[in-house]
Amino acid sequence: MLSSISGNGWALLGAALAVILAGCGSAYGVGVAGQAASGVVTEDPSKFAKVLIMQLLPGTQGIYGLLVAFITLSKVGLLGGGGAELDVATGLMILGACLPIGIVGLVSAMHQGRTSVAAIGIVAKKPDQFGKAMLFPAMVETYAILALLISILAVTSIQV
Amino acid sequence: MAVLQMQRISICALKKDRKAILEKIQSMGIIEMDQIAGDEEGFEKMDTLSDRQELEKKVQLSEQALAILESYAPEKRSMLSGLAGKKLVEKEQFNRVIARKEELVEKANVLVTRSKEIAEDKANILKLENQIESISPWLTLSVPMNYSGTKKVSMLLGTMPGETTLESVYAQIAERSPETEAVDVQILYMDRDAVYLTVFCLRAEEGAVEEALRAGGFARPSQVTDQVPAERKADLEAEIQKLNSEIKGKEEEIKNYADDREDLRMIGDYFRMSAEKYEVLGTLPQSQRTFVVSGYIPSKMVSKIEKAIGERYNCVLDIEEVKEEEEPPVLLQNNKFSESVEGVLASFGLPGKGEMDPTFFTSICYVILFGIMLSDAAYGLIVALACGIALMKFPRMDRNLRKSVQLFFWCGLSTLVWGILFGGYFGDAITVISKTFFGHEVTIPALWFVPLDDPMRMLLYSMLFGVIHLFLGLALKGYSALRDKDYMGFLCDCVFWFLLLLGLIGMLLPTEIFAGIAGQQIVLPAVIAKGAKWIAMIGAVGILLFSGRSSKNFGVRIALGAYDLYNITGWLSDVLSYSRLLALGLATGVMASVFNSMASMGGKSIGGVIIFIVVFLVGHVFNIAINLLGAYVHTCRLQYVEFFGKFYEGGGRAFNPFNSKTKYVDIKEEN
Repeated sequence: MLSSISGNGWALLGAALAVILAGCGSAYGVGVAGQAASGVVTEDPSKFAKVLIMQLLPGTQGIYGLLVAFITLSKVGLLGGGGAELDVATGLMILGACLPIGIVGLVSAMHQGRTSVAAIGIVAKKPDQFGKAMLFPAMVETYAILALLISILAVTSIQV
Repeated sequence: MAVLQMQRISICALKKDRKAILEKIQSMGIIEMDQIAGDEEGFEKMDTLSDRQELEKKVQLSEQALAILESYAPEKRSMLSGLAGKKLVEKEQFNRVIARKEELVEKANVLVTRSKEIAEDKANILKLENQIESISPWLTLSVPMNYSGTKKVSMLLGTMPGETTLESVYAQIAERSPETEAVDVQILYMDRDAVYLTVFCLRAEEGAVEEALRAGGFARPSQVTDQVPAERKADLEAEIQKLNSEIKGKEEEIKNYADDREDLRMIGDYFRMSAEKYEVLGTLPQSQRTFVVSGYIPSKMVSKIEKAIGERYNCVLDIEEVKEEEEPPVLLQNNKFSESVEGVLASFGLPGKGEMDPTFFTSICYVILFGIMLSDAAYGLIVALACGIALMKFPRMDRNLRKSVQLFFWCGLSTLVWGILFGGYFGDAITVISKTFFGHEVTIPALWFVPLDDPMRMLLYSMLFGVIHLFLGLALKGYSALRDKDYMGFLCDCVFWFLLLLGLIGMLLPTEIFAGIAGQQIVLPAVIAKGAKWIAMIGAVGILLFSGRSSKNFGVRIALGAYDLYNITGWLSDVLSYSRLLALGLATGVMASVFNSMASMGGKSIGGVIIFIVVFLVGHVFNIAINLLGAYVHTCRLQYVEFFGKFYEGGGRAFNPFNSKTKYVDIKEEN
């Protein structure tokens, strides 16, 4: 059954999943943080820049997903036309390589979004504690970075 | 790189010099007020609360007046004016303005009154407009609304519910009051909710007819005028016109005050300073003839105060060391380059009591790590240029803001260097442009290597930078211990860890696992390879035995040691954390290539060039912004969590001197 899909198909699925999952996570994270940020700005517009930074923090997972997808697509040769015909095994390997950033990106971005909401709460009450507040969401991101690392290393080291 | 030494200064002087001395201290701004208990006999504190409130009210007044001016006669400002900082004003000019303070307060009052009047006028206009609206259905009526009819005939004026028609009114009257002789109904106006009508009937039957109509929902209008509606409307409109022109006049009047904006700002600042002064005054212990000021002062400023106050006034100046149980405020002093990172340090926490100031090391590491994360020569150049120009153009920028901009200037330069090393110029823009528009590929080779082509190598270097950074932190911990003459702490918390970690690294390097990752076998000299194991053992045993040295119980001590040894996993995760150097570096480069290849999709044509320019600009602006944010956040994290985690706690209190806390102008001191 699996072999009825070509290797390129599996690789494309991997790239798509990396973008879709990580992007959905970031959309959720930036979304909830944005709601909290809007609440703060209605009370005190001068905090706009600070809460905007907080809101953007969970957005990076989406970028990491895009990054892996882009490396995958250029590796397979889907960008710029032509490219190799992959066998099914290689395609599945690329799919597997894309999964870490997809799944970890999804979950970590959602949690980072909620942490950002809490950090925006800190900024609202104690703007001078901005540095510390920023650190909490950044801690969550570590795991997205680790997943990104494995995805990149895996994709680049698969022989096409 | 130092925390300035603080001393306690106490000045006892005559009351007649009180104002002059306080003002001098305020303008010098180098003493943080901290009064010693003044409940000794003969000393009392003055109640300055009401004076202060009076001053603060005036501050509010000037702020209100400025806000009103801003809304009616906005000041022209460029987008970057936020960077400009406070204006520098000559003392003489400032005094000239202050001399006119009564007049200016009067002006501020006028502004506030005018703005209130305008608001009232606007409310009145709204009221009048409502009245016009309520009579507008009656406009076709040619008699006054309170006209009740002639001697024999009476007129009923009122509304009925929406769907009423002429026929239904007649039917209503016929049904409810069948003996009615004559009635005439006219509908004046109809809308969805109501029908406006006049009913004429014999005066004798008025009661019966109205009764009949009321059953169908008839109601007399709530507002009745003794004028013909059309005339009334004209009157109301004239009134509105009058109010409008009045408003216009008042707005013009307000605009005429625009020239006083600067002066209003200055008296606002004057009242602010005075309020601050009164606040301090309220805390001073005073006897009948004398008063005492006490506070913290950086040691090297003492001579300045001695010259400015000790020699000029009749007073006793007493300088003493800060007592053991006191916690003096923290003021940092660093070189031009390192001070730029003070803001980053302050947002983590200033050095606590007895801690060293890590600003110097932090600044170097911060700039280097930031550069690796952003790692694009063109981006670095843009950031450095933008910050450099801002620094040159706005020499009076706010001090803290200036430090941050300076930090980004240095980070930009570092990014430029790393970008050249890694061969990133707007990502792969040069390759893409030359291929798309000129037909042959040009690549600027990386001075070192391209991380995207060899991520494993970059990963290893990231970890190497991490190990260096972390070892620096550990070494600083050792340095602090040595400085405090805590030799045991130096040995156990620093030396043993170094032995253990270096030994472990020495054991790891020659293994096959490492060779598999690095792609090459590292062969260490036999002595080191053998010695590494023993060095690690010595370190581990040392930590196990001495880490819990504060505990007397041997069993607990070993348990604590074992727990501390477990921290080795913490070191592992700390080192792995530096893989973000690779991840963020790649993120910049790959995002840039995504935008470049999107931009080049238009191909080699005029349209293609236009598309290229637009996509290129938008894409790279976005990429710079998002990656600057990423690099900033993650460099901070590496400093705060990994680096500071090894040796630094923070928790100091910032030096907050009694000075002129102005909002709009700085006053130039004559010397």
